[in-house]
Amino acid sequence: MTLISAQVYLFYGFAGLAVLGALGSWLLVRNAMAAVMSLIVTVVSLSVLYVLMGAHAVAALQLLIQAGTALVLLLFVLLLVNPDPGGFGTRDPGQVVIQIIGAAAALAVGFVIAGTVSVTLPLPAEAAPGSGGFRELGVQLVTVYAVPVEAVGLLLLAAVVGAVVQTRQEGR
Amino acid sequence: MLAIVAIKCGLLLLVLLGFLVPAASWIERKQSALMQDRVGANRAEISGARLAGLLHPLADLVKLVSKQDLVPEGASRALFELAPWVAVIPGIAAFAVIPFAGVYPFADESVSLVAADIDWGLLHVLLAAALASFGAVLAGWSSNHGGARLGAVRGAAQVVSYAAPLGLSAVGVFLVFGSVKLTDMVVAQDTTLRLAGVVEAFGVAVPGWAQGFPFTIPSWGIVLQPLGFLLFLTCVLAQQGRPPFDSSESGGELAGGYRGEYTGLRGGLFDLADLLGLLLIACLLTSIFFGGWAIPWLSTDAILGGLAPFVGEALATIVCVALHLTSFLVKVLAMVWLQLLIRGSLPRVRYDQLMDLCWKRILPLSLANVFLTASAMVLVGAVG
Amino acid sequence: MVPIEHIVGLSALLFTIGVVGALVRRSLLAMLISIQLMLNAAGLAFVGFNRIWQGSEHGQAIDGQVFTVIVISVGAAQIAVGLAMVLALVRNRDSMNVEDMSVLKW
Repeated sequence: MTLISAQVYLFYGFAGLAVLGALGSWLLVRNAMAAVMSLIVTVVSLSVLYVLMGAHAVAALQLLIQAGTALVLLLFVLLLVNPDPGGFGTRDPGQVVIQIIGAAAALAVGFVIAGTVSVTLPLPAEAAPGSGGFRELGVQLVTVYAVPVEAVGLLLLAAVVGAVVQTRQEGR
Repeated sequence: MLAIVAIKCGLLLLVLLGFLVPAASWIERKQSALMQDRVGANRAEISGARLAGLLHPLADLVKLVSKQDLVPEGASRALFELAPWVAVIPGIAAFAVIPFAGVYPFADESVSLVAADIDWGLLHVLLAAALASFGAVLAGWSSNHGGARLGAVRGAAQVVSYAAPLGLSAVGVFLVFGSVKLTDMVVAQDTTLRLAGVVEAFGVAVPGWAQGFPFTIPSWGIVLQPLGFLLFLTCVLAQQGRPPFDSSESGGELAGGYRGEYTGLRGGLFDLADLLGLLLIACLLTSIFFGGWAIPWLSTDAILGGLAPFVGEALATIVCVALHLTSFLVKVLAMVWLQLLIRGSLPRVRYDQLMDLCWKRILPLSLANVFLTASAMVLVGAVG
Repeated sequence: MVPIEHIVGLSALLFTIGVVGALVRRSLLAMLISIQLMLNAAGLAFVGFNRIWQGSEHGQAIDGQVFTVIVISVGAAQIAVGLAMVLALVRNRDSMNVEDMSVLKW
C-alpha cells in the first residue's frame, strides 16, 4: 500500500465518520450530551480531513475554535439550562413521515447543487508549497485580508456585547 | 522514519507513566507533608523495605484496582465510562510537543528528542487542554448529580475563560523567540545575552574584560519576558485547574465536583489527569521560560566542541544528550516544587473571584504585555 | 488524491443534514447544533476548492483557507449570540421548545 492510497483510505474513512457524527447529532434525540458529542466527532474528523488536504493551520484553528470553545460553550449552556433527562424531547410519530420526505428532498437538492460543479479535477497529490502553514496564513491575514479580519473583529465585539446584554439580569 | 517516531512515542509513554507520574505523586505527598510539618505517607513496604514512601504510588494503584466499580443510578452509562478517558488521553497527547533534549546527528539523519515536532507547537498544548475539558463536562453531566453538574460548569468555564489570556501571554513569547514551536524556543534560549549590550545601546564603550563570562546572562524566557512569565504561570495553573484555582473540584464544597461519583480505577484516571496537568505545566514553564534542556552558559556547541577532540564524536553526543536530559529533569523538578509550594501556601480562589481575575485583570495585563513587548522589540531594533 | 466532486458531495451531504435538522428539530439547542454543522460543511467546501485552485493564477495559494478561518470565526460569534439568546429565552419562557415561543404567530 503506497502512501498515496493510504491517504485516500484515511480520507474516506474520516469522511464516513463525519457523516456518522452528523447523523448522530440529528438522530440522538434522547440524550442531549450524546448529540453534542457526535457533533464533536464530526468536527474532529473534519479537522483530520483538513490535515489530509494539507491545510494544517486551518485544521488546528478548527479544533481550537470549534471543538475547543464553541462546542464547550454549547455544553456549558446545556449544563446550565438543564433540560430534562429525556433529552431534546420525544419524537412526534406524526412528524416522522414529514421528516423523511423533507430529508430526502433536501438531499436531492443538495446533490443537484453538488452536481453543478463543472470542474472534475482530482485533487493534486501534493499540496502547493506555499500553503497550509501558519506563516503563510498569517501573512495573508495581515496583508491581503486585513480588512475582513478587522470586520470579523468588529463582529466578535458586537457578539460579545450582545451576549452580555442579553444574559444580564435586571437589578444586578 | 516511522520506526523512529514509534520508538519516541513508546519511550515517551513509558517515561511519562512509568517514572514521571509516580515520582510527581510522591513529591506531591512528601512536599505537602514537609510544608505542613508532618511526615507524610511512609507505610507502604515491600518485604520490610519502606523507601521513604516511594512505593506509595504503586500501593495507590493496587488500592484503586481493588475498589468496587460503582455507576450512579440514572447516569448515562456510556458517557460516564467515557469521561475519564476523554480527560486523560489529551493530557498525555499534550506531551508530544515538549522537547526533552535537542537535535543530534544520528546515523546520518538528525534526531530530535521530541515526539512530534508539529508546526503549531505551543498551540497543540492549548488544543489538548481544550479537548481535555470535555472530560470534566461529560463527567459532570453523566453523573446525574447537582454538585457534579455545578463542578462541570465551573470547570468548563474556567478552561475556556483562561484559554484567552493564556494565548495572549504566549504571544509575547512568540514575539520574542520568533516561533510557535517549543523546539525553536529552547534552541533560542541556548545562548547568552551580553549585559554589556545594554550599556552599549546608550553609546558607552565597554572594555573587553566585561564582555565575557560573568557579564552574560542566559537568554532565557524569564529574562526576556518577566511579566509574561507571571501571567503565563497564572493562566496555565488556572486552565489546568491546579490549586489555588481548583474550585471546580473542591473536595469540601461540591463533594468532589465533577469527579465525586467516580470510584476505583475510573476515579484514579482523574487523579492521573491531575498529575499529568502538574507535569505538563512544569514542562511548559521549563521549556518556555527556563531554557528547557539547555544548560546555562554552556551551549551545545561548546559541549560538543569541547568533548569531541578528546573522546570522539559519538561519545561526545551521548554525553551531551545525557547532560541535556539531566538539565531538563532538574528544571522540571524545580517547577514541580514551585507549583506545590503555591499549592501549599495559597487558599483556594473563589469562583467569582477567579472569573473576575481572568477577565478584568489578567486579560488586560496580557494585552499590555503584548504591546510592551512589541514596542521594546521595535525600539531595540530586533524587528525584521 | 480524491476527486473534487466527492469533497463537494460530502460538504453537500453534511449541509443538508444540518438544514433538515434545523428545520425539523423543536429544541433550540438542537437547532443550534444543526446550524454549527452547516457552517462546518461550508468550511470544508472552501478548503476543498482551495486545494484545486492552489497553483493557479487565480490568487494566492491559501485564499480558500483564509475564507475557512473567517467562516469558523463567524461561527464562533454566531454561537455565542445564539447561546445568549437561548439562555434569555429559557429564563423567560422556562422551556426550550420552539413551539412555546409563538407570540408573533397569527
